[in-house]
Amino acid sequence: MRRVWSWAALIVGGLYFLLPLIGTIEFSLRMRRGEYSLDAYRSVLSDPNFRATFSYSVAMAALTILLGVLIVVPTAYWVRLRLPRLRPVIEFITLLPLVIPAIVVVFGYIRLYNTSSILPLTGTASGTNLLLLCGYATLALPYMYRAVDTGLSTLDVRSLTEAAQSLGAGWARIIVRLILPNVLGAVMSGAFLSFAIVIGEFTMAALLNRPAFGPYMQLLGANRAYEPAALAVIAFAVTWGCMGVMQLISRLFGTRMQAK
Amino acid sequence: MRQIGWNWLGVLPFFAFALLFLVLPTMNIVIGAFQNPQGEFTLANLAGLASPRIVSSFAISIKISLASALLGCLIGFAMAAAVVMGGVPGWIKGPLMTFSGVASNFAGVPLAFAFIATLGRVGLVTMLLRQWFGINIYAMGFNLLSFWGLTLTYLFFQIPLMILIITPALEGLKREWREAAEVLGASTFQYWRMVALPILFPSLLGTFALLFANSFGAVATAYALTGSSLSIVPIMLFAQIRGDVLQDPHLGYAMAFGMIVVTGLANLAYVVMRARAERWMQ
Repeated sequence: MRRVWSWAALIVGGLYFLLPLIGTIEFSLRMRRGEYSLDAYRSVLSDPNFRATFSYSVAMAALTILLGVLIVVPTAYWVRLRLPRLRPVIEFITLLPLVIPAIVVVFGYIRLYNTSSILPLTGTASGTNLLLLCGYATLALPYMYRAVDTGLSTLDVRSLTEAAQSLGAGWARIIVRLILPNVLGAVMSGAFLSFAIVIGEFTMAALLNRPAFGPYMQLLGANRAYEPAALAVIAFAVTWGCMGVMQLISRLFGTRMQAK
Repeated sequence: MRQIGWNWLGVLPFFAFALLFLVLPTMNIVIGAFQNPQGEFTLANLAGLASPRIVSSFAISIKISLASALLGCLIGFAMAAAVVMGGVPGWIKGPLMTFSGVASNFAGVPLAFAFIATLGRVGLVTMLLRQWFGINIYAMGFNLLSFWGLTLTYLFFQIPLMILIITPALEGLKREWREAAEVLGASTFQYWRMVALPILFPSLLGTFALLFANSFGAVATAYALTGSSLSIVPIMLFAQIRGDVLQDPHLGYAMAFGMIVVTGLANLAYVVMRARAERWMQ
């Protein structure tokens, strides 16, 4: 009896998740009347705006990961080494982006960094790009910090640092050559999650008027019939790819850590 | 003393970043909510939230969030329980967890497209229901751009999030507790009602709060799905930031402040409940 209910729950749930995926794939193939074709994909991929916005978002995602690593790794390391009492405070701050909706944060940016403020970032395109980058870094902060902090918890940070110092290494060298390689698995899994979040992000990019992939998708959705479905399939494949790589990495690095 | 000064320097970049791009912008909005255009303190903006338009947008937002959180909890719980203790083959758990990890991050614009392609007027399921069973769901009053449409769409990331969070809690239920209950003559129903559910209750309530906040702050999915035809809070705030539709910037700040209050309270409930749940999970 219990087994019947279990299967029922899984089958109903499974159908709920499968049908939209099948529906989207089927819809994306329907562009040519009367037969299935890849026309919608061809149309999307040959659209110069697709290429421009997609590469813009890929570049933003890469920069977000870089900025995230630059902020999170030294901080998490330093807090573990020297300021353990500060850890709850840092942890609280890193969780704030999950509490404050992104739309409110970007609203604050527009108000705080407008053209008549001390730091008129929204006045120029590059300034707005920088602002969007920082916004993305805050979105990625909770995931990045938790991943790196978990990675650090498997290390004996103090002994490693003392060993490196006794061999004459400076701080920069310790972080880049010693700590970073040791938490690389954690950093990578945080990075791929950040990538998946940034690549299709809509709210911040739309409100800051940046030519990113998220607003492009929304615009296409409002004007076309079949291309959006093709975009959804592409976006799902990207998300799936990121998560797959992430799991693979954590499995690889996980076994290596156990082997130690 | 000098040592302490140097130690602080190490976390300075982090605090500077958090202050500039997280704390100050948010504070700016919160303060704006309590100011009039001349910069003087006022509660008039908060009072302005009581206008019928804004009240109804909060009401529908809260309703959608409650419905999607409740259904997400129920369905997610059923699926997680099926895998953990339902007697289905063990290999199902791995793929289910992996899929949940992906689906809980598959929100935003593409998710809206997926549901339009499935349950829109010419979507796959809509067409199949009509061709195979003669059921025209749109003639029966269903509309994807409505309360139920949005709730159904949000479930796509709510259910997986529930599965991800509740599975470890279910696995934390000790075998001994069930055995002890059975030795004392408890039926399965009694075991659930008097042992398992009370232990799981904080986790369930906490996750419910988290799911609530999760859907309350979602902008992109709703915007891509409904445009601005369904005026839930994030959509209205979006329109306000773009074009000052309330014709009062400070009312916009008050609305954003209201949003922070709702998601803040929900997250607080989550944190408190999680601390309670952890008492049992050692």
